[in-house]
Amino acid sequence: MNAATAVGDLWPYVLLILVGFLPSEVWRWLGMALARGIDESSEVVVWVRAIATAILTGVVAKLMLFSPGALADVPVWIRLGAAAIGMAGFLLIRRSVLAGVVAGTAALIAGDLLFGP
Amino acid sequence: MAERSGSWVSPTVEGYLAGLRAGVTSVFLVVLVGTFISIGALAHDLGFPALWVVLSTLLIWAGPAQVIMISALGAGAAPFEVAVAVSLSSIRLLPMVVALLPIVRAKNTRWPGLLLATHFVAVSAWIEALRLAPGQPRENRVAFVNGIGTVLLGVSTLSTAAGYYLALAMPRSLVAGMLFLTPMSFLVSVTRSSRMLSDRLAAVIGLVVSPILVSAGVGLDLMWTGVVGGSVAYLVHRWWSRRREGRE
Repeated sequence: MNAATAVGDLWPYVLLILVGFLPSEVWRWLGMALARGIDESSEVVVWVRAIATAILTGVVAKLMLFSPGALADVPVWIRLGAAAIGMAGFLLIRRSVLAGVVAGTAALIAGDLLFGP
Repeated sequence: MAERSGSWVSPTVEGYLAGLRAGVTSVFLVVLVGTFISIGALAHDLGFPALWVVLSTLLIWAGPAQVIMISALGAGAAPFEVAVAVSLSSIRLLPMVVALLPIVRAKNTRWPGLLLATHFVAVSAWIEALRLAPGQPRENRVAFVNGIGTVLLGVSTLSTAAGYYLALAMPRSLVAGMLFLTPMSFLVSVTRSSRMLSDRLAAVIGLVVSPILVSAGVGLDLMWTGVVGGSVAYLVHRWWSRRREGRE
């Protein structure tokens, strides 16, 4: 389907609800239902948070190794090197999230400009 | 509430205002601006309408899911396939909601507010809420999360529109850099917020296991990464804390 020809049509919006909103939002609703009756100090919360954390870093690894869009054009060694520089920036500069993100992203852009395609 | 001394504003208003303040000072704002500019630009390049991608941010509010949906639809993938891919990438939202709600829910909580807070759950708002909500009075917490969510989602929505119209003016390296913001910020903020052994272990296992599963062609790779990685991390944490208790 050429998305541009569908402009002005309702179809892209129906598609947005069916293949974007609902498949994603259903996990939030399910979480809301499952959270009933669980209290803050419960061991289940610790276990579930570990699951969320593992999935989260799983997403990180996927986005860095099997990147989407323009990021896929940046060689993988530059992506991993930039991630390492970002982590180093975070650890060295007062464990600041901003410092880590800025260092990593600047390293990626610089690496791509210097050694990229 | 009559029994609350020293404050004549309702807990909802008080919590919401505190949440707005926490949102405005969040370091995630920078990350979100960049991330959603890149998502707006991606949608522009693949020929989607501006309103469509702006709505995708408001409704889906999960960067990786939006990137997957936009690039897959743009590449002409079958709708069912796209729905499955989007859903798999958003599985993380379930345990995130389950971990957050017991901390913010109170006796005065009503379901519309809770449903809104649930929709605001995304990595950025979740990390900020887990970190800051315990410092708020319990009856303010749901409104507090909604305040944070309003700012983060509002700024992201505006950034999506900006990215759409800036797409033509941005060099490729910059777009790549902005797409890099999501994994980089997730990685750093998970490292900062993981204090328990179970969380640290889960973070390392997730990082290693998911690419192995993807390379091996195992379906539902993120779900398995979470269930196996999270459970192993939790069991090691239990074993370790029991051993320590046994010694004392």
